[in-house]
Amino acid sequence: MAEHNKRIPMQHVVGFVLSIALTLLATWAALGSNLSTTWIISGIMILAVIQAGIQLFMFMHVVEFKSQNGHVPWNMMFHGAVLAAIIVAGSLFVMSFGFTHDHDGDDHQQHEQQEDDGQEQHDEGEHEGH
Amino acid sequence: MSSHELKTGPLEYRTQEGQMTIMGFWIFLAAEIVLFSTLFATYAVLFGRTADSTPPGELFEPGIVLIMTFLLLTSSFTCGLAIHEMRRGSVKGLLIWMMITLLLGLGFLGFEIYEFIHYTHEGATMQSSAFWSAFFTLAGTHGLHVTLGIGWAILLLIQVAKRGLTPRTSRKFFVIGLYWHFLDVVWIFIFTSVYLIGMVV
Repeated sequence: MAEHNKRIPMQHVVGFVLSIALTLLATWAALGSNLSTTWIISGIMILAVIQAGIQLFMFMHVVEFKSQNGHVPWNMMFHGAVLAAIIVAGSLFVMSFGFTHDHDGDDHQQHEQQEDDGQEQHDEGEHEGH
Repeated sequence: MSSHELKTGPLEYRTQEGQMTIMGFWIFLAAEIVLFSTLFATYAVLFGRTADSTPPGELFEPGIVLIMTFLLLTSSFTCGLAIHEMRRGSVKGLLIWMMITLLLGLGFLGFEIYEFIHYTHEGATMQSSAFWSAFFTLAGTHGLHVTLGIGWAILLLIQVAKRGLTPRTSRKFFVIGLYWHFLDVVWIFIFTSVYLIGMVV
């Protein structure tokens, strides 16, 4: 609360330094490390969620209860986040069934090669790598 | 409850109207999260559907994207400082930090426009493929939000310069502060799930 009178708000500075550090860490994990793709993707997504939390808690006063009607902003953010997770994960899940077609450049080549070899094309196996 | 507060609570919370507006703005932000989540979902589903156009891995460059990220992160920080100055009652501090925020935001927009033009020249446009449509819609919607935010903040700056800090103007600035931080949150997810993953996969 005494925070408001200080010349330099430490909370903001800490939040800023942390978000820069997390960005660099995520970039390094994605481009510089030897981790497998699965680990990279889950790792950097977790880092993104942490960064979003930093913005909300350190910059956006999300836990500030000065609106004295008992309204808690983070409720709204939490519900928004849950909906977002359901929409994204749900879409990926639903669309993962039978959504195979090869407009991809690579697939075309593979397709042609396979036809040249006189083999039958197996859509499912072919799309594993994507 | 109020005995715990500073003698002068933050101006923006002093009136019932101010409290309600800020609360309403949080609801708006929650709706924005859902809006962006549909665009993220579309992007995720269409990932890799580049047809015969250039794949993202060949176009995305870490350098420019990192610069954009740092610009926006820094602008979010300076925006926080602006609101902090506002709560200390300093109009000058508020104006200066907010202008720095806007300059950083404009820098971000400049890089984004440059980036889009660059991609277009490389043959990746809205029309090229499902993937690029989803990409431009997602990144473009965020860019549009930044543009609107800049316009909005400029109008507010003029108003504060004219009227000074009142419960009304502080409430308006507090709200645009929330908006600006929120844009940064969205960008963090674009940076991670679009650019970083696009360069990895």
